[in-house]
Amino acid sequence: MYRYDNYDQAMVDARVEEFRDQARRRLAGEMTEDQFKPLRLMNGLYLQLHAYMLRVAIPYGTLSGPQMRMLGQIARKYDKGYGHFTTRQNIQYNWIKLEDAADILADLASVEMHAIQTSGNCIRNISSDQYAGVAADEVTDPRPWAELLRQWSSFHPEFSYLPRKFKIAVIASAQDRAAMRLHDIGLELVKKDGVIGAKVFAGGGMGRTPMVAPEIRDFVTEDEIIAYVEACLRVYNRYGRRDNKYKARIKILVHELGVEEYRRQVEEEFAHMKTLGIDPPVAELDRIRSYFADPAYESGLSEEVNRSDPDFALWLDRNVVAHKQPGYAIANISLKPVGGIPGDATAEQIELMADLAERYSLDELRVTHAQNIVLPYVRKADLYALWKELDEAGLGAANLDRISDIIACPGLDYCSLANARSIPVAQKIATRFAGNGKEAAIGEMKLKISGCINACGHHHAGHIGILGVDRKGTENYQLLLGGSGAEDCSLGQITGPGFDENGIVDAVERVTDLYLAQRSEGERFLDTYRRLGMAPFKEAIYG
Amino acid sequence: MVDHLDFRNGAVSTETPVSIEEFLGASNATAVRIEPGEDARALLPHLDRLALVEVSFPVFGDGRGYSSARILREAGYQGELRASGDVLVDQLFAMRRSGFDSFAPNAPLDPAVVKASLERYADVYQKTVDGRRPVWAKRHEVA
Ligand code: SF4
Repeated sequence: MYRYDNYDQAMVDARVEEFRDQARRRLAGEMTEDQFKPLRLMNGLYLQLHAYMLRVAIPYGTLSGPQMRMLGQIARKYDKGYGHFTTRQNIQYNWIKLEDAADILADLASVEMHAIQTSGNCIRNISSDQYAGVAADEVTDPRPWAELLRQWSSFHPEFSYLPRKFKIAVIASAQDRAAMRLHDIGLELVKKDGVIGAKVFAGGGMGRTPMVAPEIRDFVTEDEIIAYVEACLRVYNRYGRRDNKYKARIKILVHELGVEEYRRQVEEEFAHMKTLGIDPPVAELDRIRSYFADPAYESGLSEEVNRSDPDFALWLDRNVVAHKQPGYAIANISLKPVGGIPGDATAEQIELMADLAERYSLDELRVTHAQNIVLPYVRKADLYALWKELDEAGLGAANLDRISDIIACPGLDYCSLANARSIPVAQKIATRFAGNGKEAAIGEMKLKISGCINACGHHHAGHIGILGVDRKGTENYQLLLGGSGAEDCSLGQITGPGFDENGIVDAVERVTDLYLAQRSEGERFLDTYRRLGMAPFKEAIYG
Repeated sequence: MVDHLDFRNGAVSTETPVSIEEFLGASNATAVRIEPGEDARALLPHLDRLALVEVSFPVFGDGRGYSSARILREAGYQGELRASGDVLVDQLFAMRRSGFDSFAPNAPLDPAVVKASLERYADVYQKTVDGRRPVWAKRHEVA
């Protein structure tokens, strides 16, 4: 994976000192909270319901064992012993003191990490495929491009005060594991005439006006990608709406201008940008690429896995996926134990995952947008030993992409914007389906819960989505069906009137019962819904 | 505390800038002021006669002025480019990188804090209009 050189290190070190000075000025009363707010936000520091929350960037979801260990240490030293992995492949800490924030950033910098641009109206952490570099179906490893974009977007002078936040995803497989088309800009690396370049999508997003990003260019070569992305951003910075925060994302601009007109303006700007020499030389991408070269894989490894332990066999079938290299596997660690808080891990668990990465996965881990952790380089022969250790630490849940593998945002338990709690709903659903034994029968199911219309829990993209709303002062939950964040991207539709906390759990069960009764051979829930349409599901829920 | 910053060695205009509408009309003014929603490119045919472009920042969070500035510099504008209004010390670095060379902030700034924040980053990742060599140029020995 990428390692900082002196330039990168100096950059994050300077950032720590800058923030230390800003925090000092705020604590000394030299700055108002209004003035401090955009500055702390640029460092990922939010003021939440009970305390400050710090969001740490995990660029494109890739991190090393020592980095993971540091995340555990921070949880222990500065938080109440927890970290929360987010749908943006980041980690956040919910119990931070302003006085400690600069020290935390310094600790992060010591392991080549930072919290730069994890909030604020700027270009956020670049997201990517959690199986990058190890997936059999990828055209190339997308992470060098993501790292190039990370550096380019860090402290970008023109784009630090955009109309709204801006999220970019880079993938390189036809299978989309990063919800690429629900980003402000999505890049899909493809091969054309033997050359790798990016297909560009723009104007996707969730929130109160969800949109699937349309394609705006079928190919941009690697030596012009920065110029092209700058062109997209400049048109947005100049013409994106600033009168209404809910209409300020690029998706609204693309929608209001129309794809054709937005594309025309970008092309015009791109033609100009290309004359400025703002793209790094290809040698820079090659330099970054060298860090992502394949590790020295062992050859002649056994493909055999002893399945005699049935609990292990279940985990193997559900959480382990094919690796491009013979003898290796990709192991998913679910952070969704039944009854737990989705995405949460204790300091001890985080440190254990760091140890396991060191011992079993070439010292590397990934964070997924579904709030789970991946060990990307596990020898098949080690899978059983790995699982044993995970299981003992409460990390052995065998539910990847199952109904209890729920994405949920922090909701009203932590978030100051929330209308309703997300976590207890996730816990109740997981508990219900653990008790009724239907999880296995249901198969692949992506259930996603947001505590408000901002959609941090990706509810629009859930096969089943749940949205917390405020109904005359009480928490109410709307149900959505038919969303997908994958390559078959679609937005869920609301079924009808909302439910209270217990009602939403019942409704989910009714919907899945209908699926179990009506599905054809091999159909996932999503497929059955698409075939049957909303009507029979509505009937099952409200009829 | 200072209420004006000048990075032009004193070569600053004392003219009161006119609105872009007035400027593009019959005016022979050499100083113009552009508001966030106004198109900086409308000035491009007239750069020769301009001594000052003042870009207004009614609120610091409205970043359109950064694009305006960079567009003018990219087109070769050499005159004074002034950021005025809600200009805060922590924005100066990005503003300098976008081509601004004078500042008229609403609230006076502490020169020591200004200096520290402008000197904080030894290197930059992007090539913009300030002539600084980005990190990638240094890594690969290109101009
Ligand atoms: S979806 Fe709403 S409640 Fe949930 S984390 Fe985002 S802003 Fe907070």
